[in-house]
Amino acid sequence: MLMYTLKRLGLALLVTVSVSLVSFMLTRVSGDPAIALAGEGASSKEIEFVRVHYGFDRPLIIQYLDWAGRALHGDLGESPFLFLPVTEMLKARMGVTMTLGLCALTFAMILSIPLGVLASVRPNSWIDRIALTISVMGQAMPAFWFGLIMIIVFGVYLRWLPISGSDTWAHFVMPSIALGYYATPAIMRLVRSGMLEVLASDHIRTARAKGLRWPKILFKHALRNAIIPVVSVAAVQLGFMLGGSIVIESVFAFNGLGSLAWVSIARSDLPVIQAIVLLLATIFVFLTFISDLLNAFLDPRIRSST
Amino acid sequence: MEVVFPTPGRIMRRRMLTHKSFLGGGAMLLLVFVLAFFAPAIAPHNPFHQDLTNRIIPPVWNESGTWDHPLGTDNMGRDYFSRVVYGSRISLLIGFCSMMIAAVIGISLGVVGGYFGGRTDMVVTYIITVRLSMPAVLVAIAVVALIGASTQIVILVLGCLIWDRFAVILRATTQQVRVMDYVQAAQAAGCSILWIIIREIMPNLFNNIVIVATLAISRAIILEAALSFLGMGVQPPTPSWGLMISEGKEFMFFNPYLVTIPGVALFILVLGMNLFGDGLRDITAPEGRL
Repeated sequence: MLMYTLKRLGLALLVTVSVSLVSFMLTRVSGDPAIALAGEGASSKEIEFVRVHYGFDRPLIIQYLDWAGRALHGDLGESPFLFLPVTEMLKARMGVTMTLGLCALTFAMILSIPLGVLASVRPNSWIDRIALTISVMGQAMPAFWFGLIMIIVFGVYLRWLPISGSDTWAHFVMPSIALGYYATPAIMRLVRSGMLEVLASDHIRTARAKGLRWPKILFKHALRNAIIPVVSVAAVQLGFMLGGSIVIESVFAFNGLGSLAWVSIARSDLPVIQAIVLLLATIFVFLTFISDLLNAFLDPRIRSST
Repeated sequence: MEVVFPTPGRIMRRRMLTHKSFLGGGAMLLLVFVLAFFAPAIAPHNPFHQDLTNRIIPPVWNESGTWDHPLGTDNMGRDYFSRVVYGSRISLLIGFCSMMIAAVIGISLGVVGGYFGGRTDMVVTYIITVRLSMPAVLVAIAVVALIGASTQIVILVLGCLIWDRFAVILRATTQQVRVMDYVQAAQAAGCSILWIIIREIMPNLFNNIVIVATLAISRAIILEAALSFLGMGVQPPTPSWGLMISEGKEFMFFNPYLVTIPGVALFILVLGMNLFGDGLRDITAPEGRL
């Protein structure tokens, strides 16, 4: 287990470094960052001033090492528009987006695990078909459009829920559903196929032969085995949802990382953009690392095979 | 009596004709293809023509709707049905072109990693991991915004972002095919690596490539819609469904059709594409699911 952990940790660190390089290069693909920062109609003298002031005149590799070195100490630079430290800006917005991501994941699990289990107990029944319909629809509906439809129905016509802002728990209901619904199909398919496999195995037959009650077999014996791959997929989906929150946050006027990213992109606030990309990517790497370890811990076969 | 066994082609055809979701998905796709191909003949009006005296006319099923504008008009007085019809071209164009770029990147990486194994495979796996770690939507929006939004840029950026599934699945299938007897026979006969990959391995990957391609197209279409919705994709006045949703959002409280109609169009296209791909998977490989 120690060997496995170290290997995974090494890979995670390597990926984090590459990801930081990509995030850095991302804001350089547009050409000259000094022109972007100086704004439209800036004279060549002003552009030159910006270039020297922010150190864009140095070689790229030096700029990267400088940025990455500071990032390691928690200093992600300063926004040239708000004159605020980027780290503080991210900290202030982080909570809302994390809460949204976790709520969305919870919603996805609550919907997909029971449906997946029911669908596996009676394959090809009406409940299996409903589960399939839900998952097929979830993959075909753009999340932002689903959010807008919910706003029209539950916010405007029925007036049940607030439609913009992130102040109370009620504000989180619709965005979480819109964001979480997209993750539902993947989890449900996994639960269903995992359960089908486990239910056909010998130890379930033994449990039934012993005369154990069906719900107990289902949840204690079968689901426990089928849930293992769900753990890693859930972590990966959480990462996807944090990344996808930029669209949902703009629909619901949320005050999180996504809306900060969108505003920063609109005014090409480069230090903030590259910091958000780096942060989300690092969280994703961390989540996959944890889920790999959790999987290896739960299933010894994984440890020995690598 | 002579027993006639059905040919593989015939089995395939029979499976296609009895597979409900394949047929349903195919029908939806056909509908959108017909709209896109015959757009000038189908659309009753010019999708760019503004008529400020006829703004926000509701669709025909509303009391004040008219048959002159079956789906009503938008806030600039443009015929909504014509814009939906022309919008199908943008979605299909971006879906197919991005998929082609993604296919070239993903297939090359996947086949190379799967065939050579060892160190090469480690590098490929590592590249896939780095790609998966980057938040796709955010990166796409940032790059498009920084370079400058246009249809070509959107295609290029999406193509460079959605190749991961091609790489993951083709790497796995190449690993399976590589150990087959006929591949080893070709290796023993001294065929060049390029020959083996193109003549012995690629034909066996074709089914999987087509299936992953349908998924990649629907993913590109949804991402394009999201980008255009945020104003970082296709630029006005081009009729893109995502852009139409974004433009209608301002007026949706009193005129929800401005948002629902382009969304339903997107839904039908992506649903059709997914059902078609799922059906194709059932038909070509009913035993082994991807």
